[in-house]
Amino acid sequence: MKRFATHSTLNLVGIGALAVALLVLAPAVLDDFRLGNLAKYCCYAMVAVGIGLAWGRGGMLVLGQGMFFGLGAYVMAFHLKLEAAGPDAIPDFMMLYGDGTMPAWWEPFRSGAFTLFMVVALPATVATLLGLAVFKRKIKGAYFAILSQALAVAFATLIISQIEITGGFNGLSAFTSFFGYSLYDPINQRLIFFITAGLLLAMLLVAFQVYRSRFGELLIATRDAEERVRFLGHDPANIKLTAFVIAAVMAGIGGAMFVPIVGIVSPLDIDEVASIGLIAGVALGGRATLLGPAIGALAVGYAKTSLSETFPGSWTYFQGALFVLVILLLPGGLAQVPSYLARLRPTPRQKQAPALRPEVAA
Amino acid sequence: MDVIVSQLFTGASTGAVLLLVALGLALTFGQMGVINMAHGEFLMAGAYTAYLTQQVVSNSDVSLLIALPLGFLVAGLLGLLLELAVISRMYHRPLDTLLVTFGVGLILQQLARDVFGAQPKAVASPGWLHGQIDILGYGYPVTRLFIVAIATGCLVATAAVLKYTALGRRIRATVQNRDLAETVGVSTRATDRITFFLGSGLAGIAGVALTLVTATVSNLGTSYIVPAFLVVVAGGIGQIKGSVIAALTLGIVGAFLTYYTSGSLATVLTFVLVVAFLQIRPQGLFTVRTRSLA
Amino acid sequence: MCAVKVLPRRVAAVASVVLLGVSATACGGAKAGEEASASDAKSCVDTSGDTVKIGFLNSLSGAMSISEKTVSDSLGLAAEQINADGGVLGKQLEIVQEDGASEPTIFAEKAEKLIQSDCVAAVFGGWTSSSRVAMRPVVKSLNSLLFYPVQYEGLEADRNIFYTGATTNQQIIPALDFLKNEKKIDSIFLAGSDYVFPRTANKIIKQYAAANGIEVLGEEYQTLDKGEWGTAVDKIVETQPDVVFNTINGDSNVAFLEEYDAKGLSAKTIPIVSVSIAEEEAAAIDVDLTGQMTSWNYYQTVESPDNAEFVKAFKGKYGEDRVTSDPMEAAYTSLWLWKGMVEKADSFDVDDVIEASDGVSFDSPEGKVVVNGDNHHIAKTTLIGEVQPNKLIKTIWSSDGPIEPDPFLEGYDWWDPNGA
Repeated sequence: MKRFATHSTLNLVGIGALAVALLVLAPAVLDDFRLGNLAKYCCYAMVAVGIGLAWGRGGMLVLGQGMFFGLGAYVMAFHLKLEAAGPDAIPDFMMLYGDGTMPAWWEPFRSGAFTLFMVVALPATVATLLGLAVFKRKIKGAYFAILSQALAVAFATLIISQIEITGGFNGLSAFTSFFGYSLYDPINQRLIFFITAGLLLAMLLVAFQVYRSRFGELLIATRDAEERVRFLGHDPANIKLTAFVIAAVMAGIGGAMFVPIVGIVSPLDIDEVASIGLIAGVALGGRATLLGPAIGALAVGYAKTSLSETFPGSWTYFQGALFVLVILLLPGGLAQVPSYLARLRPTPRQKQAPALRPEVAA
Repeated sequence: MDVIVSQLFTGASTGAVLLLVALGLALTFGQMGVINMAHGEFLMAGAYTAYLTQQVVSNSDVSLLIALPLGFLVAGLLGLLLELAVISRMYHRPLDTLLVTFGVGLILQQLARDVFGAQPKAVASPGWLHGQIDILGYGYPVTRLFIVAIATGCLVATAAVLKYTALGRRIRATVQNRDLAETVGVSTRATDRITFFLGSGLAGIAGVALTLVTATVSNLGTSYIVPAFLVVVAGGIGQIKGSVIAALTLGIVGAFLTYYTSGSLATVLTFVLVVAFLQIRPQGLFTVRTRSLA
Repeated sequence: MCAVKVLPRRVAAVASVVLLGVSATACGGAKAGEEASASDAKSCVDTSGDTVKIGFLNSLSGAMSISEKTVSDSLGLAAEQINADGGVLGKQLEIVQEDGASEPTIFAEKAEKLIQSDCVAAVFGGWTSSSRVAMRPVVKSLNSLLFYPVQYEGLEADRNIFYTGATTNQQIIPALDFLKNEKKIDSIFLAGSDYVFPRTANKIIKQYAAANGIEVLGEEYQTLDKGEWGTAVDKIVETQPDVVFNTINGDSNVAFLEEYDAKGLSAKTIPIVSVSIAEEEAAAIDVDLTGQMTSWNYYQTVESPDNAEFVKAFKGKYGEDRVTSDPMEAAYTSLWLWKGMVEKADSFDVDDVIEASDGVSFDSPEGKVVVNGDNHHIAKTTLIGEVQPNKLIKTIWSSDGPIEPDPFLEGYDWWDPNGA
């Protein structure tokens, strides 16, 4: 009991510290450009929180989160394109690549409220349908990972092939305003940063509640011994489905915020390579911990920017080495380091995060 | 010319390429349960071996034939190295293996780019592969026929090794029951290593063959790896005949879809079809009991 | 247990409310309508010292590094020559090189970094259409300059961008004129990568064909990274067009041409006109390309003293085995043109440079080029070339002098931007 309490408190302190760092410290020290970069990392961190839930806690290696990220991003981009075009006008790229008409289903995206609804609803619906199909048929482990990756490829290819509707390989860009606020104004860019950081912190609080709940315990149980959970009268499929849908929604929201921050979304941001790249931060930070995935994603985002500025091309080596070293030597991520150190000292009791067990029968 | 005939043949060619790529995976993933994402980079290693061979033996008529066994060796040794250094420590963590080998793949790709440059390398195809052979009114390219032949050869050899040799018996024994195999004196660690060597080596052969149809570049493997895994998954793990049927079906269905829709849409549709197929048969076409997967 | 559990839950609820509050009170920028006009953006370019910074933004990693590295090299050559020549307005150029990593998102980010953090006077680079459209809003909102060196799909003219590669009426349409008038073709087959340049080019070709009685026998696309051209080539064999118009980009060309060769097609049976295969790419394709055609504005074989000097300087700097190509030449030219504009304006200020751009000319390796101040493209001569056995390209036909850029094809009555 006591151990639990300490742990929760620690996590809350962590979230609080992150909140101070993001909402107070960062805006005070970073210039507009770097703050914009940080906002982008926050979007990746949102996806990472979801991956932590699905993979770290649920044991589902989601290699296709780019698809949900993309759903959220494209929904938001549809809206911002229409906003940039102005009332009754159609987006510039449809004139350029298409026949100058807009498909009717684009029309509702003029509404900001509908767009926000779809940012959540579309990833949730797609994830539910997919999850039902996959988990009810007991597709798991490697099969699940490969399927999710294949779907990310298929989704990115679909976007590329529908150039008149999606902008194709070029993606969607040249947005002017975000829900009425000009994107050219640095103050509004700061505002978007605050919203993004706020959303990330909110997601951490959601994850915090999920991890402490009965559902969170069932999820870990399902990860470690699915059959036993079934024997206890629970349906593991539903448990996994719920975690999968939450992760998808988090990815979708991250994608939606990515669009006004970066000013462009293209298939390369959401394909299978981008998807697996999202995993790196989660592994680094500690997949099964609460804060690890988010902080890991922020760190990896920062490393990517600074490394590519100093040594162009070296990023690939770094990312490769990150996967190899962290997962091979530190499967629990950096969050595991304290417990490693603790193990070196001969203490009778160990405080430890819900450990990452080797996957039995993945 | 009859569309059905032409697309059956074109699809079969694509299927043969897919099968050649997937055959190694059928061993490492199908038999051992190791998800090796660096398999694509072993293809690349094979392709660059073909290029290097041609730098030494400039007669393109023979250099390709020399490159085939060399590619097998180079990729096989790379695989062996990977097995010893990384995978052997992770047999109980198959999903983590996926991520680690992805990282290895990234490093190998960038390494190749730094060594060979980003520009594709030209590998001339042998003169005796030029031309077409008329089959049912369709001019079947000899290069494609050659790839079909290599795929068939590798397939027969793999099946024969698995079925008739002592090594094959050891591999099968290890797959079916590791503990029991060990009890009767099979060195399962050695078996793992050899299986991985063979599977990776097959990727090397596939890489050499790929120089006949595509550009020799550092990211050669990336566009093949996901379809190849789908082939093994759809075919059923542990069953090579499943992979054969799955590769040919994917190739032919893909060709017809490309013919009647478009290249991009065909990719989307074939992938979706595989996912839908796994709804009906979650274990793939054929199944055997394996030690941990599925 | 109960008490412990409830407390954090309440804390969590409070925390989320606080968060919402923080986000909500942070509002207060300009609304869309009242936006600060782009030119109000303050430039931080430092021209007080002996040097001035410029940015090169090319993919040095990823799929496009194959092509973009060469552009970065020729930009480097131009900078070296300009510096040796006394610099721009007496100031030496200081280069900040960034890697676009073949991803549009990274291009947008790095362009912003170059302009905002490094305070460069102008950005040179980009290759794919996606890299250009990604950088476009950035240079626009920060009121900076981008020099884009690659032939592209046209239908664009941005105040903050100078296009030194060909637009469609300097590459695609002259090639069609050549095919119609010189080769007397009746039918054509279109093969391209699945992205905006091939799609737009083919839209133009189809409308041209309809207006000129040429039959389009097929139109096939494949994603950039896919090398599966079997079915498309089957269709070419089946329909037997007079010529294939190839807008495939990158490595995918190798797979296409291997398949073409394997199915017994060649320049003798059905010739191909390519618009994305230059010297660099041709050298890497191990199929016999002899006699296949290309449409560009520059080849290494162009005979002129300026080109001889350029080729010599390039090989001297980067090695005898290197070749020069159209995009490299256009990039090289772009830096010299910027120098011309700055010196004409006698200022590094973006608005002054744009103001001064009209009519600035340069004796480039492809011949004399002149900047069009209205649409920021340059007048260029189109050269139809034929690939030689040594993989260099020789001019076989050229347009009557430089063609004025017409990115929106306003001078072509058959063109309907919203047509099929």
